[in-house]
Amino acid sequence: MKTIIKYTGAAVVALSAAVYAAGPAAAADALTIVSWGGAYTKSQVEAYHKPFTAKTGTPINSEDYNGGLAQVRAQVEAGNVTWNLVDVELSDAIRGCDEGILEPIDHSILPAAPDGTPATEDFIENTLTECAVGEIVWSTVFAFDASKYPDAKPTAIGDLFDTAKFPGKRGLRKSPKVNLEWALMADGVPLEQVYEVLGTPEGVDRAFAKLDTIKDDVIWWEAGAQPPQMLADGEVSIASAYNGRLFNAIFTEKKPFEIIWDGQVWDLDLWVIPKGAKNMEATLDFVKFSTDTQRLADQSKWISYGPVRKSSFPLVAEDMQPHMPTAPDNFKTALQNDYEFWADHTDELNERFAAWLAK
Amino acid sequence: MAQVEASGPMLDAAGVPLKASLARAERRNRLKALGLVFPLLAFILITFVYPIALMVFRGVDNPTVSTILPKTAEILRAWDGNGLPGDEAFVSLAGEFAFASKERTLGKVATRLNYELAGSRSLVTKSGRKLKKLEAPTKEDLVEIDKRWSQPETWSVLKRLAEPYTFAYYLAAIDKTYDVDGTVVDQPESRQIYVALFMRTLWVSLLITGLCVLLAYPIAYLMAILPTKTSNLLMIMVLLPFWTSLLVRTSSWIVLLQTEGVLNDILVWTGIIGEDGRIQMIYNMTGTVVAMVHILLPFMVLPLFSVMKTISPTYMRAAKSLGATPARAFWTVYFPQTVPGIGAGSILVFILAIGYYITPALVGGRTGQLISNFIAYHMQQSLNWGLAAALGGILLAGVLALYWIYNRLVGIDNMKLG
Amino acid sequence: MATALPPYVGPLGKAWHYGFRFICALIFLFLILPILVIIPLSFNAEPYFTFSEGMLAFEPEAYSTRWYKDIIDNEQWLFSIKNSFIVAFFATFLATGLGTLAALGLSRSHLPGRSAIMGILISPMIVPLIISAAGMYFFYSGVCIPPEWSFGMLEEKACLTQSFPGVILAHAALGTPFVVITVTATLVGFDHSLTRASASLGATPTTTFFKIIVPLILPGVISGGLFAFITSFDEVVVVLFISGFEQRTVPRQMWAGIREQISPTILAVATMLILFSVALMTVLELLRRRNDRLRGVQET
Repeated sequence: MKTIIKYTGAAVVALSAAVYAAGPAAAADALTIVSWGGAYTKSQVEAYHKPFTAKTGTPINSEDYNGGLAQVRAQVEAGNVTWNLVDVELSDAIRGCDEGILEPIDHSILPAAPDGTPATEDFIENTLTECAVGEIVWSTVFAFDASKYPDAKPTAIGDLFDTAKFPGKRGLRKSPKVNLEWALMADGVPLEQVYEVLGTPEGVDRAFAKLDTIKDDVIWWEAGAQPPQMLADGEVSIASAYNGRLFNAIFTEKKPFEIIWDGQVWDLDLWVIPKGAKNMEATLDFVKFSTDTQRLADQSKWISYGPVRKSSFPLVAEDMQPHMPTAPDNFKTALQNDYEFWADHTDELNERFAAWLAK
Repeated sequence: MAQVEASGPMLDAAGVPLKASLARAERRNRLKALGLVFPLLAFILITFVYPIALMVFRGVDNPTVSTILPKTAEILRAWDGNGLPGDEAFVSLAGEFAFASKERTLGKVATRLNYELAGSRSLVTKSGRKLKKLEAPTKEDLVEIDKRWSQPETWSVLKRLAEPYTFAYYLAAIDKTYDVDGTVVDQPESRQIYVALFMRTLWVSLLITGLCVLLAYPIAYLMAILPTKTSNLLMIMVLLPFWTSLLVRTSSWIVLLQTEGVLNDILVWTGIIGEDGRIQMIYNMTGTVVAMVHILLPFMVLPLFSVMKTISPTYMRAAKSLGATPARAFWTVYFPQTVPGIGAGSILVFILAIGYYITPALVGGRTGQLISNFIAYHMQQSLNWGLAAALGGILLAGVLALYWIYNRLVGIDNMKLG
Repeated sequence: MATALPPYVGPLGKAWHYGFRFICALIFLFLILPILVIIPLSFNAEPYFTFSEGMLAFEPEAYSTRWYKDIIDNEQWLFSIKNSFIVAFFATFLATGLGTLAALGLSRSHLPGRSAIMGILISPMIVPLIISAAGMYFFYSGVCIPPEWSFGMLEEKACLTQSFPGVILAHAALGTPFVVITVTATLVGFDHSLTRASASLGATPTTTFFKIIVPLILPGVISGGLFAFITSFDEVVVVLFISGFEQRTVPRQMWAGIREQISPTILAVATMLILFSVALMTVLELLRRRNDRLRGVQET
């Protein structure tokens, strides 16, 4: 018995030492950069993270989330901020800044365009805000599995809600954003009046009533990587998705999906820094590096999202142009996500949406 | 007795009265036992019990307004709550809003107010943003920024928030709220979800418990009547799932049940359903129930088996030899003896089921969500921590009551593992 | 299932006999099938979760080990496997130590308030994990070491959330009930006259402890330890709430995988975890036999 104890003791000591030595390298200077996962994060890793680490030696931990300000707010309120930089939608960037959970970013530190145009003029409208620096233009569209509809194919936003004509499960994002807009569009509200109608209680009721018509046919997704997967698994026939994810599924993985650009809702993604984040200097270095003209253009090699710098446009590869949300053919019936509307109404509509789902 | 008294108290070897010496030994033993238990007890109290008590307390804690807007809170607490408060409340609020806006602490007030009064986040942030720019804001400035500041409703909510403690979260957890006068009323129809959700959780847990009894009883019985060698082999089939990671089991149900999954493929292949008729068996309540029954079944089989193992087969034989049919012998002789096992297993399965989170979250879809999923939602998504704490407090009370019953009926010592 | 039927059983009895066994077979299938089905699918050459025709025809090219190679090539998985072992090892160590001591104390009849204490000690097993996780999340984010207290080891304050010590403490708390239960169970039949005999023969309390008590409770301690280990190794709810990127464990990684992009790699990991649980189960069974044998000796 003594020997067993002796060996156990020795093993414990040896293992503890090994664990200590082999434990995750306490990379105090590593940056934790949070984004939307899957193909999108991969495009950022290839275009931003790898060259940045190669240049500065700063390692980057890439973490995934599904959007929203909840985790940032939780970290700031708990006083334990471990994220350095987060990729958010415009309405969240505005809202987070108002709430004081994001650090203001000085725009003058951003590098000028190669021709000398200062950054503040080079970035397109709304992509530089008090607390955020823009990266890309992206869009929520919907797509269908062509093998499921050999005859008539869905073409317009109304078809998403037409389960009689196009049977099959729908995959939609588990969020009121975009779904409410689409519901109104499908219900006949003209594009330019969508947010006006949605701003009234009757408009919200009307949107939810339209969603009610397909409620039992919807499987809800949270992560951007899910909808292409759900289409591929045959779990749904039509799904809303971020256009870049669909591009990857269709062109890289050769899936038989078709994108419908009608009623696309486009938005911006921006970098923000949670209030009280550590390692500010390296973080700002990364922001400068990743949003320069070349890097933004590089990202479009990996995913079909448009850069937000005017000087990056000409650098985007020609064969990528037609897949961008902003390509003229795709942009005809596009709606811009109204960041002011969502900055003001996100909480109440989220709550209403959660209650609606639970019913 | 008399003799002992006559000859004085009994003494031990050292000449100390035996009674005292025994009492001392007893005390020493008691201290020793306590000393052994103490480290773990302290550990559990500090790292487990205290944090949970703290969380439940959050369900009544209401510090935001009284710490960020201290002066206004004081004025509002003194106010009688009829109509609108005096001008000093407006001025103090405007001043403290401007200050908090500069300090970037106003966001918390906005969030807090928004839980009580939907849509008031923008009211607070907007007012803060504009007040910040004014020199000495007055009541008129405030009303001009947003007319909601002239409505009694806004102020009555603020007065409630000025109290350091609140029942609002617990009321919200049972679909109730305060109205302008401070009386408790039902939430608007579109926001009533939690009572239904608690009922759904109870109902699903009962269903799962029932299914577990139904499935566990035959196999536990079979294992109890078979020779030990065979039953040991069968036991492996119960213990392997028991020991396998929860996530492994959940993912295998996804693989089996999804639309293009193994089960649907088999059904299509055998011609029971057509290619178009694939059944939706997952991402709904069916998925939750099937996966949870599978996960919790061993917790029912093990106690049932250990009870059945102790029932001597001679009872059944005696009943039969006295002329009872096998069914009657089983029902009147065997079954009553297994009731303690059913009870123990049922309470355990029920307790585990009503607090389940992972499986409903992964395979429950929209309709298969239970109360735990909403606690997680309010913890991580809506960040309404007070409501999460209140929902958690109610769930915890239920679980602890069941735990107490379990302890009384079965005794926690008799819990069988593996 | 080969108990011979007595000759006097009638046709109804026979039908019942076989019918009952058939039902039981179906229930056992329900228990075991989900676990077995994963194993062949993890060798699927295609990235799907269903048996391809080639697999059913046992064509060798329909099978592949590419998903296992995926795990080895993927830093994230290796990192999380390492983390899982680190956390589970220390949590088990802590839980087993504290739990065994407590069980020794609980088995003495002198302990006042025994049932209340037992109730508290077992509670981590009963309280819904979501509640434990939420409580720990609030509490741990408030427990921090300011840099000036750390003898220069920290540059910034360090809190228990998003740290290894935090996850380990949480998992230790969740694992202790299992140790307490198993060790108490081995002590139920413990004959205290053995320790007295040992003492009367001149052994010091330490010798008695190591020579008499330890060998008897060791099977209980180890099986309790195994339970604590598997509890930590399989735990995801608390990890979801309090761990950060650096403490990502296997279940956390699987959780993300199942929710976001369920790839056959998950099935490969699942298969490895199944083999791991088979190994643990075997150890446990051997220990149970040893325990029974020791007790058998004691009773005579």
